[in-house]
Amino acid sequence: MSTTVAGTDGEVVVRAEKLRVRWIVVGVAAVLAAGVAGLVIGPAGLSTPQVVRDLLGLHSSLDAQQVAIVEQLRLPRVVLGLLVGGTLSLSGASYQGVFRNPLADPYLLGAAAGAGLGVTVVIVGAADGASTPTVAPIAAFVGALAAVGLAYVLGTSGGGRASTASLILAGVAVASFLTAVQTYVQQRNQDTIRQVYSWILGRLSTAGWHDVLLLLPYAVVTWTILLAHRRVLDVLAVGDDEATTLGINARRSRLIVIVAASLGTAAAVAVSGLIAFVGIIVPHTVRLLVGRSHRVVLPLSLLFGGAFLCLADLLARTLSSPAEIPIGVITAFFGAPFFVLVLRSSRRMGMTT
Amino acid sequence: MEHRTRVGRALAALLVAVTVVAACSSSSKTNATASAPIPKRIVSMSPTATETLFAIGAGSQVVAVDDQSDFPANAPKTSLSAYEPSAEAIAGYKPDLVVLADDTKNVKEALDKLSVPVLVQPAATTLDDAYREINELGVKTGHTNEASALVGQMQQQIAGLTKDLPKRSTPLTYYHELDNTLYTSTSHTFIGQLYALAGLTNVADAAGGGAGDYPQLSAEYLVQANPDLVFLADTKCCQQDATTFAARPGFADLKAVKQNHVILLDDDIASRWGPRVVDLLRQIVDATKSVPVT
Repeated sequence: MSTTVAGTDGEVVVRAEKLRVRWIVVGVAAVLAAGVAGLVIGPAGLSTPQVVRDLLGLHSSLDAQQVAIVEQLRLPRVVLGLLVGGTLSLSGASYQGVFRNPLADPYLLGAAAGAGLGVTVVIVGAADGASTPTVAPIAAFVGALAAVGLAYVLGTSGGGRASTASLILAGVAVASFLTAVQTYVQQRNQDTIRQVYSWILGRLSTAGWHDVLLLLPYAVVTWTILLAHRRVLDVLAVGDDEATTLGINARRSRLIVIVAASLGTAAAVAVSGLIAFVGIIVPHTVRLLVGRSHRVVLPLSLLFGGAFLCLADLLARTLSSPAEIPIGVITAFFGAPFFVLVLRSSRRMGMTT
Repeated sequence: MEHRTRVGRALAALLVAVTVVAACSSSSKTNATASAPIPKRIVSMSPTATETLFAIGAGSQVVAVDDQSDFPANAPKTSLSAYEPSAEAIAGYKPDLVVLADDTKNVKEALDKLSVPVLVQPAATTLDDAYREINELGVKTGHTNEASALVGQMQQQIAGLTKDLPKRSTPLTYYHELDNTLYTSTSHTFIGQLYALAGLTNVADAAGGGAGDYPQLSAEYLVQANPDLVFLADTKCCQQDATTFAARPGFADLKAVKQNHVILLDDDIASRWGPRVVDLLRQIVDATKSVPVT
């Protein structure tokens, strides 16, 4: 339905740029480059040709230890970085579209606070024996979805038509409340504070393929739904009334996008902790470089988001090697100044939404 | 109106109370400077100090210990929080000496106002620090001789433990795990010096400097460093053991895993600097001796 909509009303709606093949090629190249860099570079300093030979299934001179480094540590971590980064960026871009708010990020409706509380409770409670690594992602996932659900119920329960503004405010309230509970629980159990802290700063590390398999199904569902809604988001950007005249159920479409983006965010947060800024800076960069239509922003956010996080993780692993820097520190350290640049230049370009 | 007068009355009562306390304390203070009285109501907010107090025979003078002080078992454990200490709650035990492991929350200043003597004994960074703190506790509690006897005994035991270590051409390497996200400690820490006494080399030292004394190691670095010995000090906090360690991606083929040199430590003993460091060192030395000299 939306194909014709965007086609006929392309000038009224956001300038509906076509997604050019050129940019897809650049995006895929970025993903491949980041992936290969993540595989061949690392604290262990393995020889690049030998790593490549090993990955291609050829005979390499790596010993068993080094093969384990490449295949059991680096490979799942690179794949996880691509999945998490892509999902967070795509979800962020969708949130920004659906809320018509450039500051919206995937954690806007309380997903981060809910996940944080879930994980804190599990880590604190596990002092009596439960196995934290398997339960924590589930708790984070449930916490994130519960927080977003709560924000949605509160934000839309005021009667009448739910505005996106009341939804955002409900999200802020839910996030503050859950963060307060999380901080309280954490302060009461300071013996586990390092574990909670290290989760909150985000990490793509030690769980191997387990985390990848956990995230993959949700990522695929999220990607499919959000990418399928890229044209609808362009129409929604103009306003609900216009969308309705064009035959789109604005409210339902918005709900579907929010649910899908929240699902992906919850799954990403569950395996990687809280990684800040990816969901904001990647979509905005794409908007600045390529264009503002969601038909362009969504697929390219997915690709560049994956590449960005993969590279951020490479820095996290190597900058103070052999120590690690939490990846959330890297994304925010590079993200925050970058974000200021984006804001400055977008103001100059007269960005309105 | 009524509310306001009630508040006013309460304030007045408080003022009187503070004045009285201040008056009492100033008189006791003059005593204290003349010859320090032996404290009879000690509150220990430091698990290490609690262990020391009981080891030097001052246990009967201790009226309350914080919620982390779980050794010895007969220490009067309370719900006082060592992490979020409340001067008011501590003062509720009417202490005549309060021992703190740090003073990040300005509890000392608050207790000073109540004229409660406070002794801050921060985490030791060397064995000598630890000995000095034990002696200090002895002097303050009237157990000077017991404290110096304890220190002498510890020094003797440590010398005995490290005396006949097997001679090796290349020193053994070790990894000391603080939690299952690969946080560790370098040789510059208190515990790092214990390992050094056992002749071990820390694989985390390469990560020192910029990353501080408690860096988080990257998994692939640890796999490549392939330490001879692995000491898990996260058996309580994170329920780690040789099996969970070996089950981590890429760790199954580590030397320490294959040769059963993953040693389980008690998180608490490994994070304190009291009399039980001797037990810890014994465990480290035994593990070291169990690795055959090649």
